[in-house]
Amino acid sequence: MIAPESLPRVLHRASGRPLTLAQHDEAFGPMPRTAPSLDLLEASGLTGRGGAAFPTARKARLIADQRGHTKFMVVNAMEGEPAAHKDRTLISTNPHLVLDGAQYLAGLIGARQVAVCVSRDDPIMVNHLQRAVHERDRHAARGVSFELHTPPWRYVAGEESALVHWLDDNESLPQYRPRRPHILRIGHAPVLVDNAETCAHVGLIARYGSDWFRRLGTSTSPGTALVSVSGAVARPTVLEVALGVPVRAIIERAGADPNPQALLMGGYGGAWLDARHLDVPYSEDALIPLGSSVGAGVIIVLPRSGCGIVETFRIARWMANESARQCGPCAFGLPAVAEDLARLAAGDAPGAGAAYDRLVDRCGAIEGRGACRHPDGVVRLVRSALRVFADHVEDHVRGRACAASRSNHHYSAVPTLEREEELIWE
Amino acid sequence: MGVRRRVGGFVLLVNPILCDGFGHCAELAPDLVHVDEWGYPIIVTEPVPLANLAALESARYAVRGCPRQALRIERVSDAH
Repeated sequence: MIAPESLPRVLHRASGRPLTLAQHDEAFGPMPRTAPSLDLLEASGLTGRGGAAFPTARKARLIADQRGHTKFMVVNAMEGEPAAHKDRTLISTNPHLVLDGAQYLAGLIGARQVAVCVSRDDPIMVNHLQRAVHERDRHAARGVSFELHTPPWRYVAGEESALVHWLDDNESLPQYRPRRPHILRIGHAPVLVDNAETCAHVGLIARYGSDWFRRLGTSTSPGTALVSVSGAVARPTVLEVALGVPVRAIIERAGADPNPQALLMGGYGGAWLDARHLDVPYSEDALIPLGSSVGAGVIIVLPRSGCGIVETFRIARWMANESARQCGPCAFGLPAVAEDLARLAAGDAPGAGAAYDRLVDRCGAIEGRGACRHPDGVVRLVRSALRVFADHVEDHVRGRACAASRSNHHYSAVPTLEREEELIWE
Repeated sequence: MGVRRRVGGFVLLVNPILCDGFGHCAELAPDLVHVDEWGYPIIVTEPVPLANLAALESARYAVRGCPRQALRIERVSDAH
């Protein structure tokens, strides 16, 4: 058993090879034989670690209450965020903890099959999971059957409805869900989708109980979370931190620039956090009033020498390209937003002021009009950039673009666009 | 008998995945639907009272006139 206050919880022995099943059972102890209980999960107060921070117990109860013999449990280890490395790190250290949690949740909702979804573009992860699933099959006493699925890697492919759409119909496209909460289905069978990190926490809660889980973190967001820190750091790292610690402590532990300009919190669909708020606790309820969030556990550190508008532009352009092109406001709106940001970043163009006004209008026009939250994420990012870098934006509008915006050195490691000419749809 | 009491309201909803921006809805129900710069509908989000028969009628036209069948009317009961 791990001591409740000791910190690596899910990232136990975070070096070398993934733990085998025997090593895993030795490190964490066996899973309890008792029937899974929703009340235990509810008492733990665990929220989803995939980005939306929805209470895991409430989601599980929703599926458990559905009728039907067949249900499915889906583990989402797609990791669409290019800046996030947490699922990758987790699976290359403790894959069986994720599978334990998935098995527990499957028992909870009455599912016999667990689909573990991991992107096919990451063969090392696929390998680790294949090995782990195979190990479980040999020790067949564990009751639930696991299946590995490898959708192609796209930003929206990790969105839960796109993932279920893939499992159902081999199309990685988000679905239209007019009413929330929406029950996702494979055929007619209800599906519970949870992030890999959430499953790992469930695996620990099942073993050690909810009180143990609540010993770290705050009362409203208990437990620990994985954070991927990148940007102006010596080396991009994944850390496990107790929720509620100051953001400053996290970036110090990651060896980041101690005096940054801003932090991008939550991921590419997240929001910038002004460096004035560095001492804010790292938890949803503290960050949301500042317009930011924990999201998928991403922190990108932007130093004083960087230009926030250029970074936002690069991310927005990439996000525009990653749109599934299903909904008009996303397919046309995001490239338009990216183009406005390019004008603004260039600064010296006469249209910078007009581009700024257009940007504000277009953000209002796009928000909430897609089938999924992809366009909303970009709007959130752009709005937070205009707010946090307000002085800087002013300079750009006046035609005094900063030196940083002309350099080729960038801090967000945005993947290269494969087909830049395709940015405008058809 | 056969008379529905017109309490509550309705909203016009669009399925953004089906919608291809033909723009017929904006012509058939100009009070409910506006068109953005790319030709996709922006629909009034607050419920319209069912008693507003002209609006309901135009919403029905929009639903029928949509070439992609992307629109539908949903009743909202705000009895409380």
